[in-house]
Amino acid sequence: MMTPVVRPDRATTTPAKRAKGTPRYSSPAARRRSLTGWAFLIPAAALIGIMMFWPMFQALILSFQTGRGSNLDWADPLTFNYDRMLDDDIFRLTLTTTLLYLVIQVPIMLVTALVLANILNNPRLKWKGFWRTAIFVPAAISLVSYSLVFRTIFATDGLVNDALIWVGFIDNPINWLGETNTARLVIILGLLWRWTGFNVIFYLAALQNIDPTTLEAAKMDGAGPIRTFFSVTIPQMKPMILLTVIMSTNGTIQMFDESYNLTRGGPANTTMTMSHYLFDVSFQNNPNFGYGAALSYVILIIVAVLAAIQMKVGDKRD
Amino acid sequence: MKPSKAPTRTTARWREVPKYAFLSIVALLSIGPLYFMVVSATNTTQDVLGSSMLPGTNLIANWQSLTEFQDVGSAMYHSIINAVATTVLALVVCSIAGYGFEVYHSPNKDRLMWVLMLAMMIPFAATMIPLFQLFADAGLVNSTWAVVLPAIATPLLILLFRQSARSFPHEIIEAARIDGLKEVAIFWRMFVPTMKPTYAAAAVITFMTAWNNFLWPKVILVNPDYQTMPMLISNFTGGYVIDYGALMLAVLITSLPTIIIFFVLQRSFVAGFTGVVK
Repeated sequence: MMTPVVRPDRATTTPAKRAKGTPRYSSPAARRRSLTGWAFLIPAAALIGIMMFWPMFQALILSFQTGRGSNLDWADPLTFNYDRMLDDDIFRLTLTTTLLYLVIQVPIMLVTALVLANILNNPRLKWKGFWRTAIFVPAAISLVSYSLVFRTIFATDGLVNDALIWVGFIDNPINWLGETNTARLVIILGLLWRWTGFNVIFYLAALQNIDPTTLEAAKMDGAGPIRTFFSVTIPQMKPMILLTVIMSTNGTIQMFDESYNLTRGGPANTTMTMSHYLFDVSFQNNPNFGYGAALSYVILIIVAVLAAIQMKVGDKRD
Repeated sequence: MKPSKAPTRTTARWREVPKYAFLSIVALLSIGPLYFMVVSATNTTQDVLGSSMLPGTNLIANWQSLTEFQDVGSAMYHSIINAVATTVLALVVCSIAGYGFEVYHSPNKDRLMWVLMLAMMIPFAATMIPLFQLFADAGLVNSTWAVVLPAIATPLLILLFRQSARSFPHEIIEAARIDGLKEVAIFWRMFVPTMKPTYAAAAVITFMTAWNNFLWPKVILVNPDYQTMPMLISNFTGGYVIDYGALMLAVLITSLPTIIIFFVLQRSFVAGFTGVVK
């Protein structure tokens, strides 16, 4: 334990001891300063406590309750909402769909971002400003906006079909958003479009922090560019790669805007994400807060478990 | 066994071709959808579905058909109020917290910081329902407060300001104290003016996140009179016949503020996202 906080009652009842013990603050000014410090961070701490931690615990309690609207009571049996999930086909479908997006999209995106960042980091690259802007700009577009643009260009009579027919790849238009596989593909393409440049920003920052002498040393030892990249550059970027993996994983697990706006979850709920289903259960038609809270805890647990695994794996490669 | 080095100039240049070809394809795919959005805002529905890639003359007609059924002014107003209020309050609250954690740091404050950082791992989905109940009980459904309050204090922003406070020379603070300056005055008159780039970066990411926020406003702004721009365009496709020209114009209007900020403050945009990890 660190230095205990001085309690006023103890200080007043035993004045003799106060003189003997190590004083908490070296001077009244230091004490005042420490209190100022607390005053500085109390608003933020209180807001995070009330707006994030408190609702998180409240949701756990809620997940063991049933009832309509605000008339909630303890579920009987207590795990009723969690039991219900096991027989909920839509829940299982949204779980597999969300994990599918995660497994396919995140690796493709991060590898592409890594390649792009390396190309952009080359000091001899021409028109660097243009390439950077072109690659970063999707990160400035709202998720709803780009979802609707993608919905439009992947419509049956939309731009993508017209272009593919014009090039001669297909003879008849594809019903992109009407079939499960193609609709899922469109969501993945959308995610790649919106988030690849975002990750390039992080990788470029990491590349600029790499010690140039290590690259020189690798060159002197006769390592080629590919070898240098894997043995010198990548290890130094590891913390950043870990961060982007965790961020992308969290983002994909919680994805809502694209599912809701691009495909509306269809066809037949096959592109729906967990957050989208959670929204439907909690706020559409017959709102069921208890079941919604239980679903939200599944999301929370998946995020926590995946982050823990990723941090463990990220640590090990040291 | 070294391969002959120093290839002639022409072969070196040819070797660059795949790189530039790859960049060109990526840039084309990146800008393409945005270009199509801008062009389509000036085209009729037939032209949008006919994949016209040239600007048309239907911009004003699209605006008329958009504003005929949608209260764009109101949605724009609410989007701006929500995003600006969030940004201003977040900058104040998070910068004093980051400064407080760094300049007055003590073991207990460090412990609190560690706990607050854990909040980064809480998915919004897991807090959404109780938050809704909280604001409903307080009678704040449909209010700006309900949109703004959950977005003010974020662990990431506190971290960003703590990092920047770390680079703030402690001697300046000591000297100001000897000169008799109050703690709040030191923060306000010495720290804030020197940390303008950090504030700019924080403002850019906070404004963008607030402007683009969709799920929480959708949950808490039940009354359509209070809807924001992303909500407006999301509801747009509800009908049977979609006016694609008007839709793309609405999408363009929604994206314009963040696109402008991106182009004007690209440096702050990059710094805002990466400042924490440097």
